[in-house]
Amino acid sequence: MATAERYQTRTLISQAQLQRRKGKIIYWTVLAIFVPLFAVIFVFPLYWMATGGFKSAQEIIQDPPTWFPHAFHWHNYVEAWQQLRLSRLLVNTTLYAVGALAFQLVFGVAAAYALSKLRPRFGNVILFMMLATLMIPATVLALPTFLTAFHMPIIGVNLTNSPWVIWLPSVANGFNIFLLKRFFDSIPDELLMAASIDGAGPIRSLWSVVLPISRPILGVVSIFAVVAVWKDFLWPLLVLTDPTRQTVNVGLYQLSTGAAQNLFTAALVIASLPMIIFFLIFQRNIMSGLTAGGVKG
Amino acid sequence: MAAISVPAASTAPAGSGRSVSSSKTRTRRKVPLQVRVRDNLTGYLFLLGAVICFAYFSWYPIGREIVMSFQKTNFAGNTKWVGTANFTRIKHDPEFWTAWRSTVEFTLFALVFGYAVPFVVAVVINELRHARSYFRLLVYLPVMMPPAAAAFLWKWFYDPGDGVFNTVLRDLHLPTSQWLQSTSTALISLVFFSTWINMGTGTLIYLASLQSIPGELYEAAEVEGAGVFRRIWHVTIPQTRLILSLLLMLQIVATMQVFLEPFILSGGGPEGKTTTVVYLIYEYAFHFNNYGSAAALGLILLVVLAIFGGAYLFISSRAEKA
Repeated sequence: MATAERYQTRTLISQAQLQRRKGKIIYWTVLAIFVPLFAVIFVFPLYWMATGGFKSAQEIIQDPPTWFPHAFHWHNYVEAWQQLRLSRLLVNTTLYAVGALAFQLVFGVAAAYALSKLRPRFGNVILFMMLATLMIPATVLALPTFLTAFHMPIIGVNLTNSPWVIWLPSVANGFNIFLLKRFFDSIPDELLMAASIDGAGPIRSLWSVVLPISRPILGVVSIFAVVAVWKDFLWPLLVLTDPTRQTVNVGLYQLSTGAAQNLFTAALVIASLPMIIFFLIFQRNIMSGLTAGGVKG
Repeated sequence: MAAISVPAASTAPAGSGRSVSSSKTRTRRKVPLQVRVRDNLTGYLFLLGAVICFAYFSWYPIGREIVMSFQKTNFAGNTKWVGTANFTRIKHDPEFWTAWRSTVEFTLFALVFGYAVPFVVAVVINELRHARSYFRLLVYLPVMMPPAAAAFLWKWFYDPGDGVFNTVLRDLHLPTSQWLQSTSTALISLVFFSTWINMGTGTLIYLASLQSIPGELYEAAEVEGAGVFRRIWHVTIPQTRLILSLLLMLQIVATMQVFLEPFILSGGGPEGKTTTVVYLIYEYAFHFNNYGSAAALGLILLVVLAIFGGAYLFISSRAEKA
């Protein structure tokens, strides 16, 4: 978001008011309070976690706690990595996230394209049924969905403890379909007609006309897909009971009893890093995707 | 829904799309039947993957949830219709009422903090001319942590003995608290954590909507002699009314299904004080293998949430049109 021009636009408090002596004092006081306050609230917990991972087993349970480790036990991180099967958890979660992303993009884009441009008969009924699921949060349906995954009707397969149990349910996301369809709706039909006059079939039009225009919304959907898998807890807890198949969240929960406090804290740090790095790299896209377009207030 | 986002105002004028589609249906009538059938089949083919996923993991489970709530069933699949017995039984379970009380209390606390705090923070940040990206980056950082990792970290902070919170309070010679271990503070402790980890989303959405308020409105209010707080009341809040009500619905729906917080931080205790409805469903289903009770309780929660969800969809569809 452009910052320079933002300063020019008039907000709650006018530029003139800020220029006055009183305005200046209040402004700098508020700023001087907010900057350290944010650091304490949002960075201190991370600092505590990272330094906790360096403390010795005695130091970390010491009362009162130390604000800075006496000595840096780098080895905690190595041990946590080796003993607490963290690599397994991280690889699993990445695999689930990438797969969920791929399935959501392929199935979601195809469905939204069909609903927006191909418009088969009863397409609106299907769209309505997909959007209606938005009102029913997945958490509430955990039990029947769990039983379904355990014994899939008609095909009779047990999906639990396989990647499919994360991938396929992630496609059933009415919000993605809604976002994609709405974006496709804004692409003029004339553009597609021109493509079809040139002899392009539906797949060709989707690939060479619709998708290149849709990059921004595909970015938004992709980020949501990846973040959702990393953050989900109840569903993977129910369907991934095999410790070698678990996600980071579920794995940490299982590890919480039994591991030494300093090693476990080091594990929390390692588990948090991938998402935080992902965020720092894609922060611009994530933040603008979040408010995609922004509602006119 | 994992990520909370807001339906954006449509990128193209709504009218144009509609007129194009109606002209298309008119020309379609002249298309030979064979071609129409082929076009429809292509459309269904594109829909197939998503429809199968929805059918298995959304539509069928909804039906099954309803059916199960009137049945006595177990994992082995022995099923018997029992009418409304499941509902009668959970109604007589004292935990049922405490779970609802806890959930409503949690939701109300979460509204006071999780809903108001991001708005206030967004209003302040929007006035600051410095360090804006710093604020936006920091407030969103917790949203990007694996929730289980963040929850364990906070559980440690809340430790009444050597936890960070009580250590700081003791150093400042302030009274300490039992936090998660006392029935009077357990719920509010969960709300603090929940606000911390979730507030980034709300703050950024508010910030975006604050930036779309036309400056002339503030100008005019100021000319008429309105002070800062009256400007907030008469300009900022009415101008962000829609987004405020949208996030209100989302917040209610999200907090009413709270699970991870009580599950990791407090284990539903002390004395069942933090056993929320979803937690109780989990207990019924996976602790006591009582699927009937779990399904019945789930159905009640589903109806309650669907009402709020419906209000959300209603408001957002109005937002689309505006």
